[in-house]
Amino acid sequence: MTRENLINLILAMLLLAVPVAANWLGQPFYVTLATRVAILALAATGLNLALGLGGLVSFGHAAFFGLGGYVAGILASHGFSGEPLVFGFSGTNQMWVIWPVAVVLAGLVGLAIGAISLRTSGVYFIMITLAFAQMVYYFAVSWPAYGGEDGLSILVRNQFPGVMTMRPMSFFLICYVILLTGIGLFAVIRASRFGSALQAARQNEVRVATVGIQPYRIRLTGFIVSAMMTGLAGALFADLNRFVSPSMLSWHMSGELIVLIILGGTGRLFGPLAGAALYVAFEYALGGITERWQFFLGLILLLVVLFARGGLLGLLAGRARHG
Amino acid sequence: MKKLLAAATLALSVSTSGLAFAEPLKIGMITTLSGGGAGLGIDTRDGFMLAIKNSGNKDVTVVTEDDAQKPELAVQIADKMIQSDQVDILTGIVWSNLLMAVAPSAVAQGKFYVSTNAAPAALAGANCNKLYFNAAYQNDNLHEAMGEYANKSYKKMFILAPNYPAGKDSLTGFKRYYKGELASEVYTQVGQTDYAAEIAQMRASGADGIFVFLPGGMGIAFMKQFAQSGVKIPVMGPGFSFSQDVLPAIGDAALGAKASGQWAPDFDNEASKKFLADFQKEYGRLPSIYAVQAYDAAQLILSAAAKATVKDADAFGAELRKADIKSPRGKFKFNTNQHPIQDIYLTEVVKQNGVLTNKTVEKIFTDHKDAYAKDCKI
Amino acid sequence: MTLALALEQLLNGLQLGVMLFLMAAGLTLIFGVMGLINLAHGSLYMVGAFACATVAAWTGSFWIGLVASLACAAAAGALVELLIIRRLYDRDHLDQVLATFALILMFSEGMRWLFGSFPLYLDIPPLLQGAVPLPGGTEYPVYRLAIIAAGAAVAFGLYMLISRTRLGMRIRAGESDREMIGALGVDIRTLYTVVFALGAALAGLAGALVGALQSVQVGMGEPVLILAFVVIVIGGIGSIKGALLGALLVGVTDTMGRFLLPKILALFVPPAQAGMIGGAAASMLIYIVMALILAVKPRGLFPAAHA
Repeated sequence: MTRENLINLILAMLLLAVPVAANWLGQPFYVTLATRVAILALAATGLNLALGLGGLVSFGHAAFFGLGGYVAGILASHGFSGEPLVFGFSGTNQMWVIWPVAVVLAGLVGLAIGAISLRTSGVYFIMITLAFAQMVYYFAVSWPAYGGEDGLSILVRNQFPGVMTMRPMSFFLICYVILLTGIGLFAVIRASRFGSALQAARQNEVRVATVGIQPYRIRLTGFIVSAMMTGLAGALFADLNRFVSPSMLSWHMSGELIVLIILGGTGRLFGPLAGAALYVAFEYALGGITERWQFFLGLILLLVVLFARGGLLGLLAGRARHG
Repeated sequence: MKKLLAAATLALSVSTSGLAFAEPLKIGMITTLSGGGAGLGIDTRDGFMLAIKNSGNKDVTVVTEDDAQKPELAVQIADKMIQSDQVDILTGIVWSNLLMAVAPSAVAQGKFYVSTNAAPAALAGANCNKLYFNAAYQNDNLHEAMGEYANKSYKKMFILAPNYPAGKDSLTGFKRYYKGELASEVYTQVGQTDYAAEIAQMRASGADGIFVFLPGGMGIAFMKQFAQSGVKIPVMGPGFSFSQDVLPAIGDAALGAKASGQWAPDFDNEASKKFLADFQKEYGRLPSIYAVQAYDAAQLILSAAAKATVKDADAFGAELRKADIKSPRGKFKFNTNQHPIQDIYLTEVVKQNGVLTNKTVEKIFTDHKDAYAKDCKI
Repeated sequence: MTLALALEQLLNGLQLGVMLFLMAAGLTLIFGVMGLINLAHGSLYMVGAFACATVAAWTGSFWIGLVASLACAAAAGALVELLIIRRLYDRDHLDQVLATFALILMFSEGMRWLFGSFPLYLDIPPLLQGAVPLPGGTEYPVYRLAIIAAGAAVAFGLYMLISRTRLGMRIRAGESDREMIGALGVDIRTLYTVVFALGAALAGLAGALVGALQSVQVGMGEPVLILAFVVIVIGGIGSIKGALLGALLVGVTDTMGRFLLPKILALFVPPAQAGMIGGAAASMLIYIVMALILAVKPRGLFPAAHA
């Protein structure tokens, strides 16, 4: 077992051990906090597919995150009120229905955004993904049907057969299992022919094109899968907060997702989890110490970018094998 | 003699709330202390803490945390306060969207929520809750008052608000009472900072009055730009458009603007004078309407805690509903949906001793209730 | 709708465009010369506005405040460049985005630390108060005309600076071949600091000019920053000419969209709904325009040579 794999294993066990211990000690809030870590890590793992493997710096992944959240919120509100949704479909409070809908919709929007954005590259790509996310954001703020700026409350957390989702520990376990599945999927993709092509397209576009692979198609596929995973995380996040609002779509959210990846270590399998854990811990600890916590959070981020290249995992496990 | 009596009752009320409670009380305050909207949160916190300090009560602890105006963060803090700090009551949120994220789930977990400002229609009607109280108003109230006032002297109004739920509630509230003609009804982007396009439409509209609801920085930008535009149509708005937190930044451009409010610094009652003096002594500035609302929220909580334990939700709620406080606003009662019944006044921005402030002009509504109470079944 | 109103709205669009140009010019210059993407540009805009408001309150003169805003923003820019930014030039855009995102957090909270949470007061100087008549019987604020004039002057000044001076020659050389001018003995580190400070001063100027019209408060730079990015992406990153045309296009499109869309919709639906839906559509309009332009020209209207 390599050193990085050992650290990954420890991280995965820690994320399970902390809430179990907290639950046992009667501190359910830390279970909630761990759930937040798991969900943010899933969202960032999705982004890591595009950003870490494909080198596609998307500054608009909040669009998919928020979209997933709104799928959960809108289906739940229709399920609650009994009013039919479009095309005669009715709402639902069943997570196993909500998740596929969130994934498919995020994928479709990912296709639309990716198809245009991937015609550009470099800074243009960063900015056009930001612009698309802003477009979705303003739409959500101004569209009155689902609460606009006020957002949408999910009064009772959505259901999963056989699980009491309102209990923090049960909901955490759902998220934990999905996170591990997502990380597993990331590993499978990275090792696959498709994953190799995606990474090759990042490292040398010309060489990839000469061996007959179209970088555009590979990247678009990668971008769509990335959007789907982030969308699923959004649906879980809405259920965690029992609330969804346009702030899930804001550019600060997109920035935070990037931050998580870099804090943990770009392109690394467990980078997003390490980053999410660190970020939530900072936010929680600093928020308790000082009103000026955003200043210190910025300072820490800056120091990590300048002096700790490779993020937390880079520090612990040494340089990544791939560039 | 009257004054003496008032002073005596005040002293009495202070001394009763100075008594120790049957059980210690823990209050969680979630408010905005960082970012662009921090001014409102700071006034909320300071007003609230002033009442706690004045009571001299040692059995109350207040845990305060910053929500940075982010709904997700507010939810996380609320979870922490409920699950970890074990607070009995939550309060302090300034913004409707954050309140909608926190309050429904807090009351579902059996905690009281006493709102110091935000009062969305969604929580005042059919979805009201016996654990949810609002010490400020219902969102529509101040806009309704301006609609009523506009009936008197204006025939063709131009009305404008940001394109979000509170903005829509605002114009709906205004139109509920305003009977004249509408020149135009315009919704602007949330956070918009340039209003040249809208001011040009006002000039061309032939309106004889303008009603704007633009809280915070949006209102500052609008008033400054309007003053430079050469358009001479009178501007009016709800109280928060010209509250003490924004007036210094607008400057003389606000002079003469008419607004509606449940309180102004020139209110002639003992509670108001004492509040004003105490607040200025403690913090060295004039309080805004948010400070008054938070001050009353704290007084309400203290008054109920003096007579019942918060562990007995029915008894505590019943004491809260009595609203046995000396509000700087003068009269204060709760309606059946636990939102205030109060008088609403017309105020005007004036300059006194070089400081911009609001002066009371006349009473618009007596014992005003909101339009949603009839749908509330508590 | 009268012709006079349409003319007034066109002027409004122009003025918004000029203001965006002041922001976008600095951004695009910094990217063109150093290849750096600077999210903290909006923070320098905020520094300019705060400096102007504070100094104007001390001295009673807007003009001294304006000078102070240029000086403070340039100084803040130079300081940030020396301490942080220069470590980022040879990093990828990802690191630059993240580091400057961190700077936004620090600047915003730092300003609140220094100046408190309440918006500051900054008024238009007496000389530029009031409104002048326009053809067609309406009036237009003098101050907004002054902003248009200031923007035109800055555009002209930048053109002269870049095409006629030694510094401009170096900037052009730096844009086309970074290693070459280093090899030719130009002190490239100083050049970068100067260019960054110049960009920062332009942002500070924009902040001070706009601060008199708007609310001087923490976070005021962020909405402008995103618009400025839209502008330089439309114009072609690194191109000053592109920034100017992009800024005017965005300014006029946004203003006209806010003005016309609700009116067009009102022909089909009730006015209250037209206002809401039109408002929603108008706020998305410039992003739609940007997506369309990039779909056709992926590197903007005036692609810079190397970017």
